[in-house]
Amino acid sequence: MRSLPLITSLAWRNLWRNKRRTMVILFAMVLGVWAMIVTAAFMRGMAIQMLDDTVNNLTGHIQIHHKNYLDDPVIENSFFGNDTALLNTLKLPDIIHWSSRIRVPAVISSERETRGVVLLAIEPEAEANISFLKNAITEGQYFSSNDENGIIIGKKLAQNLETRLGKRVVVMSQNTKNEIADSGYRISGIYDTSGEGMETDFIFITKRAAEQLLDSTGLSSEIAVITRSLDTVLSVQKNLAAKNPELDIQDWSSLQPYTKLVVEMYSDFQYVWHLIVFLAMSFGIINTLLMTIYERTREFGLFQALGLKPGFILVQVWTEALFMLTIALFIGNFVSWLTVMTTGDGIDVSAFSQGMELAQMSNIIPFVILFEDLLLANIIVIALGLLTSLYPAWKASQLVPADAITRI
Amino acid sequence: MNTTLNFAWRNIWRHPRRTILTMLAIAFGAALLVFSIGLQLGQYDLMIKGSISIYQGLLQVQKKGYLDEPKIRNDIKDIQNLARTIRDKTGIKSITARANGFALVSSEQRSYGTLITGVEPEYEKLVSSIPGTIKEGRYLLSDDSHEVIIGKSLANNLRIKTGDELTLMGSGRDGSIAATILPVSGIYDSGSKELDRNLIQIPIKTFQEVFSMGNAGHALIFYHDEIKKEHFFRQQLQQLIADNNQLLTLSWDQLQPGIKQAIELDYSSGWFMYLVLVAIITLSILNTFLMSVLERSREFGIMLALGYKPFNIAKLVMLEALILTFFALTLGTLAGLAINVYFAVYGLTFEGMEEIAQMYNMSATLHPQITFESILIGPLVIFIFTILSALYPAMKIRHLQPVEAMRKI
Repeated sequence: MRSLPLITSLAWRNLWRNKRRTMVILFAMVLGVWAMIVTAAFMRGMAIQMLDDTVNNLTGHIQIHHKNYLDDPVIENSFFGNDTALLNTLKLPDIIHWSSRIRVPAVISSERETRGVVLLAIEPEAEANISFLKNAITEGQYFSSNDENGIIIGKKLAQNLETRLGKRVVVMSQNTKNEIADSGYRISGIYDTSGEGMETDFIFITKRAAEQLLDSTGLSSEIAVITRSLDTVLSVQKNLAAKNPELDIQDWSSLQPYTKLVVEMYSDFQYVWHLIVFLAMSFGIINTLLMTIYERTREFGLFQALGLKPGFILVQVWTEALFMLTIALFIGNFVSWLTVMTTGDGIDVSAFSQGMELAQMSNIIPFVILFEDLLLANIIVIALGLLTSLYPAWKASQLVPADAITRI
Repeated sequence: MNTTLNFAWRNIWRHPRRTILTMLAIAFGAALLVFSIGLQLGQYDLMIKGSISIYQGLLQVQKKGYLDEPKIRNDIKDIQNLARTIRDKTGIKSITARANGFALVSSEQRSYGTLITGVEPEYEKLVSSIPGTIKEGRYLLSDDSHEVIIGKSLANNLRIKTGDELTLMGSGRDGSIAATILPVSGIYDSGSKELDRNLIQIPIKTFQEVFSMGNAGHALIFYHDEIKKEHFFRQQLQQLIADNNQLLTLSWDQLQPGIKQAIELDYSSGWFMYLVLVAIITLSILNTFLMSVLERSREFGIMLALGYKPFNIAKLVMLEALILTFFALTLGTLAGLAINVYFAVYGLTFEGMEEIAQMYNMSATLHPQITFESILIGPLVIFIFTILSALYPAMKIRHLQPVEAMRKI
């Protein structure tokens, strides 16, 4: 251990013997580290954004349905959403919001056109806490109370129906008596989302208005629940499912398996990407170290002739590699941080908006750097970096003094 | 020239280990690019084929404005005749007429709103894969038979089977109520949940009758499996409909811009990653080339003193880089190609692929594309970068002074 200061100062000086070479390899490594972190942050951002959108777009964290509802989403398969026993089970500290809805297939007609849609009957106040609707209204108003008799439809649907704010539309759906019921509503609000799919699919009325249309007093098709955080979703879901065995209670990951899959796949892809980037860097690291050793052959021979152990040489070359890796990581992390800071809200990919919609993603992808992702990239670089530089370091320690000194 | 080549070859193998490592770096990059570009292009092909073959076709003729506002009144008059004329003039059978509307579809127990399409059964079979996915019963018989086919998910939701009757209710072209009762003759399972849930088909003449359409329809669908010939077919179609300036030919990427954009987004993010990799590899190579020039200062000094021109030495250095890169690229490309051929034969799939594939109506097994583009584009990019990185040390040689250079170690 006495030789530690000697090793470090030797390694440090050797690193800067050929400045240009060291700079070139450092640049390559910084680029690699940057690519690792920024790509991971982008994918993380995509995944988180997608999850947020999924939760916001009516899914919530957990949904409660009648056992048959998901297979056969009609008013017949609904439950008593006002049931005190059920509502009591929702009084958990981890549940922050919930909203009860009726959600049934319907047909909407203007004077000119007809479309198939999903009719959502909501409790305005509760719904405002958990889904996108209130903030997406661009014309007219959100429902101010459950007594309102207006209808809120999407911008694209309004276009397709050739109708506008203030006009009347007719909604038809099957009521609890299995008859087709219809009722006229005045368009009181128009919402605009980044994807047109939402806009053409969902129309909203108040739950009380639906009770008249569908004869569904007291009934709910679903209750959407938002928990305190993503980590508590599973425990809350289990808790609710155990207390309400007659109902179907699922969390977002089983309701939206595609979202879950993509989120997981992005996480897994990180490992693959990091390894590929590292492999690309490793050739450069080994080669550069081998070159520095090659030109110092005489020197290493001399060291050994002077009595320094091969182990000393190995550790010295290794320390050089460690310095190089550390500097690259330091700058790489800093540059990544700078990149993320300067992009603000994220990368605007709205040029691909319809493609993003197809993939169920939104138009602005924020960079999200998670500590665990940062740690992963850094550990991979330092651990694998030291592993690969073991080879040139070992090579250096194996030189035979007499041979080495005589070489030019 | 022969001497130079000889020189270059020997110089490359002066440091076999360094040369091999450098070649491996290049070969690794080339193999990776060949493999993943092939895989990407193969996947895009599947996505496009999936999206055009199931229902939308390669090209469509519509009335101007129908794409943005698919209203029942934006129609094409005498559409079956038009389809027949185009089929006769081009000799291509895979062209069919369709009419689209919306209706509330009711069984005894359930009602759903869906898209309803009037089709020419005989030609629809050549244009869309839906008729081939009938799981129960049979497809529609003729242009004017009174029957309906329906997707599996919708059939489940409506709780009906073949032979049951469906009530359709919507509004006709003139605003009148369009209503009819038709027996279900077949249930299809296209693999796309969205279509299965939202689309039912009836014969076109029946449609025109129910929706008071006269002889009009909304689109001519053209299918061909060679996506690359799209432009050629499009011009042909455009010529045939030129006398009606209300009509428009649309290609698959206009009909389904989402697919096109998803592909573009994926391709550009793919290239971001490739370029980063190529840059990292190039920098490592730059170091090798730089060193191989700097360590030979003495030698170059002697060569200069013997009367070699700096230009010739630079040429030698470039030749070395060229040879090294060429062999490395060949090696890497062959390796990447071998992987692609393997997966092209046996297919590549991974966990979760099935769910994702369904979003794009494609099969869950990927087959990398093996074309000139997929094989050569990656190595070509690496080649350009490598040669650029070899230029820098070669340029340095111009400034060498014989006497000084010889003194250097």
